[in-house]
Amino acid sequence: MLTIAGDPGLDPRQGFLLHAPDGFLTVPVAAVMWALTLMILAIAVRLSNRSFDERAVPLLGVMAAFIFAAQMFNFQVIGGTSGHLLGGVLAAVLLGPWAATIAMACVVAVQALVFQDGGLVVLGANIFNMGVIGTLGGFWLYRLIAGLLGGEAKGRLPAAGVAAWVSVVAGAVAMAIQLAVSGTTPLEVTLPAMVGVHALIGIGEAVITIAALAFIGATRADLFDMRSSRAQA
Amino acid sequence: MNRPAEDRGASANGPQRRWWLVGLAIAALVVIVLAPLASPDPDGLERVGGDQGFLDRAREALVNILPGYAVPFIDDPVISTIVAGLIGVALVFGAMWLLGRFLARRPSGPQAGPR
Repeated sequence: MLTIAGDPGLDPRQGFLLHAPDGFLTVPVAAVMWALTLMILAIAVRLSNRSFDERAVPLLGVMAAFIFAAQMFNFQVIGGTSGHLLGGVLAAVLLGPWAATIAMACVVAVQALVFQDGGLVVLGANIFNMGVIGTLGGFWLYRLIAGLLGGEAKGRLPAAGVAAWVSVVAGAVAMAIQLAVSGTTPLEVTLPAMVGVHALIGIGEAVITIAALAFIGATRADLFDMRSSRAQA
Repeated sequence: MNRPAEDRGASANGPQRRWWLVGLAIAALVVIVLAPLASPDPDGLERVGGDQGFLDRAREALVNILPGYAVPFIDDPVISTIVAGLIGVALVFGAMWLLGRFLARRPSGPQAGPR
């Protein structure tokens, strides 16, 4: 299918458009986000390499595939708006933060490269906002809350739910800031709008994250140990 | 650095060895059952972009492969979405598997040797 490049009259969403396309951010902002994301990915490759268990390879593939699939399901939130899973916290709880970061980068990159969902110039920003914030920041919060609740075994589901919600809202804040710095739209307008919508979408993120973890806990609870045994290293 | 001894028994025996096939089947099922039911409404960013009028800044992709999670030559929108989604699931799984093998196999210290 050929589309007329640059035709502004064209419906920018052909079916689904979920992730920021090129043009939303200026090239310098996008470049900074690319640099930041590449740096984090380099660290992720090094650290997951150090503690990576071969048994976890299939889990890595399955988690990334599941997150890709789940991201295709837009659920309805109020007011003619939808949202979809990001999955960063879910991935990190199972895979550990660094391997999860690589998995999320892979999902978002395939979406951009193959499905034209999200631009290539802004791919670094998209990986950061939808992946890294959840896998690193969200996971840190998850560990913190789980610790307060008496450990991961006890507090896994509530901690993951809260972290999942916060990661979606934090991703929206990051996107709003990048849009504002790019001069696309003023922060005082976009920030409340982005946070408002994503506070609702985050509930969906929390529900799906908790449901997926509860399902794994009921069927293959040993998968949780795969990360903990490696994370101690 | 002391690494706790790992119990390798759980994943070494028969039926559990291919458990990842079950995981993959779940991902495929999500595509087949849920993706066609996805809400067509704009998502969070798109909604805000529409409300605040910056959606038209979106630039077309230079190269379209399977844009919008649809296979261009399949007319039925449901089948088209499902096929595109299954291609994506396979690609992501394959890419991550290869990447994982690469990560897991790289020598990480004196204890890392040929499998």
